[in-house]
Amino acid sequence: MYAQLIKSEATVENPKKLREFQARIDAGEKIEPKDWMPEGYRKTLIRQISQHAHSEIVGQLPEGNWITRAPTLQRKVILLAKVQDEAGHGLYLYCAAETLGASRDELNQMLLDGRMKYSSIFNYPTLTWADMGTVGWLVDGAAIMNQVPLQRTSYGPYARAMIRICKEESFHQRQGFDIMMKMANGTLEQKRMAQDALNRFWYPSLMMFGPSDSDSQHSAQSMAWKIKINTNDELRQKFVDQTVPQAEYLGLTIPDENLKWNEKKKRYDFTDPDWSEFYDVINGNGPCNVERLNARKKAWENGKWVRDGLLAHVQKTTSKTVTVE
Amino acid sequence: MTLSNASDMIAEDQISSTEWPLWEIFIRGQQGISHRHVGSLHAPDAKTAIQSARDVYTRRSEGVSIWVVESQQITASSPSDKGPLYEPSKSKIYRHPTFFDIPDKVGAM
Repeated sequence: MYAQLIKSEATVENPKKLREFQARIDAGEKIEPKDWMPEGYRKTLIRQISQHAHSEIVGQLPEGNWITRAPTLQRKVILLAKVQDEAGHGLYLYCAAETLGASRDELNQMLLDGRMKYSSIFNYPTLTWADMGTVGWLVDGAAIMNQVPLQRTSYGPYARAMIRICKEESFHQRQGFDIMMKMANGTLEQKRMAQDALNRFWYPSLMMFGPSDSDSQHSAQSMAWKIKINTNDELRQKFVDQTVPQAEYLGLTIPDENLKWNEKKKRYDFTDPDWSEFYDVINGNGPCNVERLNARKKAWENGKWVRDGLLAHVQKTTSKTVTVE
Repeated sequence: MTLSNASDMIAEDQISSTEWPLWEIFIRGQQGISHRHVGSLHAPDAKTAIQSARDVYTRRSEGVSIWVVESQQITASSPSDKGPLYEPSKSKIYRHPTFFDIPDKVGAM
């Protein structure tokens, strides 16, 4: 998902403390920043929450690409509001990671250095206005699928961040679907654009849930700690089952010849994405990886004078006040 | 040396690696209820913290008043103090109104 391929950290701790910790989690208690926690729990969470935060921030770029070119003023203010929301989501999550002892600047540096990842989905280009519809509908739809259960995650600050985020994600998905309805019911050319966007984003959206359960080695510990609630395949299946009728409503075709309702299992059978493409993209070789990171680096460097200037101003005025006193 | 160079040097020497301090944000959701902790953010000073809190935490009319407190100014109790702090009140059940049996005929009390 937004935190794909998170490796659970091994933990060597006092067995008694570990048992008590696990018992608290099993009883549904929330772990708070000052509570004792295994080092592995702390490290895994820092990585997972940061990767999620980075995804929110980098995720602004594919949509930011269309703010100046939105077809109407109303679409423009809506898209702007959505992209602003993503910045807020990043902030909530960075703050949750900071409660675990991580430094904000260091997390940011790790993103810029490529030492930390973000979701593979944001390394695909947004070529037409229909992509804004598809991103809201599918990408935010997939995000909701993952984030709703995470509202019950064991770490208090993370769970609370998720609750705030989920409230806003629904707006995001609906605005995307609204664009899709307009396009799908528009001219032949608009409908073609909508279908093309769905064709390009379908498999990358399925990849958001991470590798197949059989190839996902780190799930067991994270699930025991309740920092992962459902398996990758469970969520992917749920996403497909929910999305297929929506595509039918739009009159669009999901680009999968094997997609078929399985009456016995009461769910859709579908083709898995190409996992070699997924590993390629997550390892830096997707269509936009370089562009995305360069945009982040440029923003960080160009914002430096503002960060420094405001701090210098505060230091100057504080020292003046002290002198006067 | 020009003025802008001089200020660049100050920035490089003293500030460049300094993170803005962290602030805890409290919002009063509506008139008549108390402020509630909603999250945190980094800001150089209190005024900017309020400005940013307004931008992040009240985007959908969630508040009518904002408090900001620098995080390092907050002193928190420790989880290990749970016993000494809260155990004593458990034995003082007489502090609850339900401890007393008042006859029905007395009426609402």
